[in-house]
Parts: sequence; C-alpha cells; structure tokens
Amino acid sequence: MMSLDDEQVRTLETKAEAIRETVIQMLVEAKSGHTAGPLGMADVFTAFYFHILNHNPKLPSWEERDRLVLSNGHICPVLYAALAHSGYFSIEECLTLRKFGSRLQGHPERLHLPGLETTSGPLGEGLSQAAGMAYAFRMDDKKQRVYCLMSDGEQEEGNIWEAAMFAGKYKLSNLIAVMDRNNIQIDGMTEDIMPLEPIADKYRAFNWHVLEVNGNDVRAFISAVDEAKAIYEKPVLIIAHTIPGKGVPEIEFDYRWHGKPPSKEEGKRFLKEIRTMSGKVLHEYA
Amino acid sequence: MLNSDAKLSAKIFADDIEKASTRDGFGKGSVEAGKNDPRVVVLCADLSESTRAEWFQKEFPERFVEMGVAEQNMATVAAGMAAAGKIPFITSYAAFNPGRNYEQIRTTIALNHMPVKICGMHAGVSVGPDGATHQMLEDIGLMRMLPGMTVLAPGDAEEARKAVLAAAQTDGPVYIRFSRTATPIFTTSDTPFTIGKAMMLWKSESPKVAILSTGSLSYTALMAARALSESGIDSLVLHVPTVKPLDEGAVLDAVRSVDGVVTVEEHQAAGGFGSAIAEFLSQHHPMPMRLLGVLDVFGQSGEPDQLLEHYGLDTLHIQTAARELSKSIG
Repeated sequence: MMSLDDEQVRTLETKAEAIRETVIQMLVEAKSGHTAGPLGMADVFTAFYFHILNHNPKLPSWEERDRLVLSNGHICPVLYAALAHSGYFSIEECLTLRKFGSRLQGHPERLHLPGLETTSGPLGEGLSQAAGMAYAFRMDDKKQRVYCLMSDGEQEEGNIWEAAMFAGKYKLSNLIAVMDRNNIQIDGMTEDIMPLEPIADKYRAFNWHVLEVNGNDVRAFISAVDEAKAIYEKPVLIIAHTIPGKGVPEIEFDYRWHGKPPSKEEGKRFLKEIRTMSGKVLHEYA
Repeated sequence: MLNSDAKLSAKIFADDIEKASTRDGFGKGSVEAGKNDPRVVVLCADLSESTRAEWFQKEFPERFVEMGVAEQNMATVAAGMAAAGKIPFITSYAAFNPGRNYEQIRTTIALNHMPVKICGMHAGVSVGPDGATHQMLEDIGLMRMLPGMTVLAPGDAEEARKAVLAAAQTDGPVYIRFSRTATPIFTTSDTPFTIGKAMMLWKSESPKVAILSTGSLSYTALMAARALSESGIDSLVLHVPTVKPLDEGAVLDAVRSVDGVVTVEEHQAAGGFGSAIAEFLSQHHPMPMRLLGVLDVFGQSGEPDQLLEHYGLDTLHIQTAARELSKSIG
C-alpha cells in the first residue's frame, strides 16, 4: 500500500470528526451507552472502514471481504457510525441506538444488522472468533485478512490468553489484532484495577509480533497495519495508544466517561469542541 | 409389546445384546459426517482418545484442530470457524463443554445462531469412578434454555451415530450428549431417526402409565416396562432422543390413553428432560407425574451400575415409580 499523502490524511481526519459527531448525537439520543472508548477509537475505525478494509457496504456478505471482529462490543456506537458513514445503512438510523425495535442494539448483534461479523459485549471472546475465522480461511487457502479490535481492560479475561496461545501456536499471520490501549476501564485505571503491563512482552512471549502506535494518528496507524501485513510467520498485535474521550478535551483521559453518555447540554458542548478539532488532532495531542 | 415400526435389535432382550458407548457412536458418526461434507471439522480439547475425536483425526488430520485444555477458546474459535463457512464439532466432557464454556456458547454460538455442534461427553453418573466433578448432570438444562439450540440425548451408540450425521446437516447450533459407559445397542441401522421425533419402544395392550425417557436409560425403561407387564401393569415407553424441540405430538399421543407419566433421565430432575415434559404437559394435558432423575445432589465415585441404582435410575426404581403412580391414580 502506498503511503498516504497529506490530502488523504486530511480527508480521513475529517471523516473521523464526522464519526465522532455521530457518536455524540447517538449517545445523547440514546441516553445510555459508552462515550470515552468510541471517541478514542474514532480514528482507528475511520482508518479501517475508509482505507484498510477490503469490503463492500452494498454487499455486506460478500465472501471475499476482510473481516473486522469487534471484541469489546460496548464501543459499538463508533462501529455503527463507521458502518453508516461508509454506506451500510443510513446515518439517520444511528439515532435509533438502544431503542426498542432498533437494529442498533446496545451491544452489537450479528443477526440484526448488516456489516457485523459477530455478536459481542461479553468481553474476551473476539480474539478467539477472529482466530477461528483466520484458521478456517487458511485451511481453504483464502486470502482475506481478519482484524480483531479489542480493549485493554478485556485482557483481564482468561479467554483472551487461550486465544493468544492458539493463534501463536498456529502462526496465524492472516490475523491482526488491535488493542485499544486507553488505560481506562469501568472502575478506574487498568494498572490500578489489574495491571496489564508489560502487555507487549506478554504477547511476545505468546509468539506474537507486537507493534505500538499512536492510535489517534491515522497516518501512523495505517502505516502500522501495513507493517503488520508484512509479518508472515506470526499473528500481529498492534497496541494502539489512544486517548479516551479524544476530541472532547473536558472528558479526555477521564475514566468516569467510560460507561456514561453525555446529557443534551453536554452533547451540545462536546459537538462544538469536536467541530473545532479540524487539523489540530495531531498537533495538539499527538 | 415392542414397536415393530422401530425396527429394534433382534437381540433386544438377549443377554448377549451388543454394547457400546454413545461416544463410540460419535466417533463413527463424525467420520461419516466428515466424508459427507468437507466443511465438517472436529475441535478437541486434549481428550482425543476418551471423546473418540481421534477417530476423525485419523481420517481427516487436516480437519482436526487440537485446542489444548481450553474449552472457552474451543467454543469461540468454533464460532469463528462457523462464520467462515465450517461446520465445527466441539468435543470435551460435558462438565466443561457446555459446563465451563456456557457463556461463550450463549453469546458467540447461540445468539449468533452458528452451526456449531457441541458434543458433551461423559454426561451423567454412569461416568463412574471419576466422581462428581466429571459427572455432568446439568447440561440438558443449560442447553435447552438457550433459544434456537437443538438438544439431543441419543439412546445408544447407533442412534448417536445418526444424531451426529443429522446434527451436521442441521442449520444452527446443536447440543449432543454422550456417555462413557458401554450400554446395549437396542436400535438398528434401520431404526428411524429424525431430529425432533420421539419413538415408541414398547406399548402394552392398555397402558395405564407412560414412561418417557431420554438417553441410554431408555433401554432401562424398556426393561422396566417388560417387567411391569409380566406383573400385570400395562405401560408404554416413549424414547425421546430430541429434548428440544420436543415432539409435542408424540408426547400428547403417548399420554392421552394413560393416567400418569414417569420421566427418566440421567440428569438433575430439576431443569432437565422431565422438567421439559412437565412444562409442556402442565399447560396442555395436566396429569400426575413422577420425575426420575438425580434429586438436587452431586454424583460420586463408584461403578456405573452401583451409581444408577443409588440415584434411583435402575429398572427396579422405574417399576416402583410406575406402580406407585398407577396405585395413586388407580
């Protein structure tokens, strides 16, 4: 893949802002849900749905598509927003999040909405499913890649390490996992709740190739994924360091925004802050 | 009277009736399913010999996946493989599969409606010496509560073989329960098996009691019915290998002409097969019932026959329940 020119980066950053706006609007309307993670991961989701993934929003079940498995289902507002902005369904439908009868369930359900590869919410299960897909594709000599997006907090689940062992054993190089390393979980900072570090060394010890990158830098993240694709004897983990609540300075880094939505008033303020982000993302916070 | 339509074994009442464990039926059935459909894969959690997964491994090494001792990962990897077009059979002891990995099954297999076939071996107290930790008695309950899950408890090795073949061809998730101990093979290759269908094994001239049973205890129930008939109590035995979806028509037909129902299973009486029958009959045809199963206790070490007798799941206990029931309604 060619490296991105400035214009392409600017286009992706603008898209990430639009996705952040949709996330805030969804959460205000839903009156419940998670705020910090979706905002922090907006750049990563933008990179995937508008640059990295080989997919077709008009043919969600196209067999040759790359698979993106979201493991920490609670950040689904950003997944829904990215799916809508890339054309899987209308952006208006995003406002039905968490409402009765909506296809946008509080945690994503595969059978409800096109574009979802699995059902998630209960933590620690996405990496195994992604590994299962990668294993099956390799059996059939299929070339598509499987990406798994997971949180840092869910590394506390035992199932994750079973999956890590499995993917390491079978050298699933068609599997690329991305960990949202935002250092927060519901009850506080990960290193206070249950220390994860040295997390990169742990994965290396499980026979993974590990990269670290600023997850709020679209250009750097895409370049890390390119590098990951070049590793062909091991599964790759990209630790994406992100700022929880990214784009709304007053909530950035604050774990208390992990699991609550903005009120209507807060939402208005947050949207204003996001709309003044343009061009400042990298310079101010990177 | 034996049901001739069931085409049961000619040796059904002979002392030298052939015996095998239902897990052997899994071994055979999985190899046949593998031959029929290249999408079939078998996942194993370090128990290839005792689950008989090695039978498939020998035939299809490239479609056999060793997971190590990691049942949660086995269920979720299988969900991923199913999403990528495979038909995975996941194998371990029922205490761990679906015992250990229940939530993984619920979220990634049942809620996703993935065609993963969950094979729980060593179910029931007839596991024997291994004791309570390995004698799974809650699996039918766990699995039948999950929306969209088919639940099978085959009666013998031959029926288990057919159940595996049928499961491979069924859309969606299936739980199949197998046991460790060799039990009589009372069906034949000609005996019909369809998921969702129950089968009359025995019907006396004017039955007063219906014995409904699942798993290999259906043979014990049949022996009980024969003994009851010799002592002048007419009964019928309906073998119900599909616990879910229940063959409601066959159950209603079976109980319409009788005054009481005895259910038999190698499982907790609470939440299992008998409960499923009670839930159905209480709403559609309420009648006196006795639920034979393990009564809110765990198992223990011992020989299979000893344990079945201890927990009230042998021929004599079934006869006693049927007698008491026919007296109380008499």
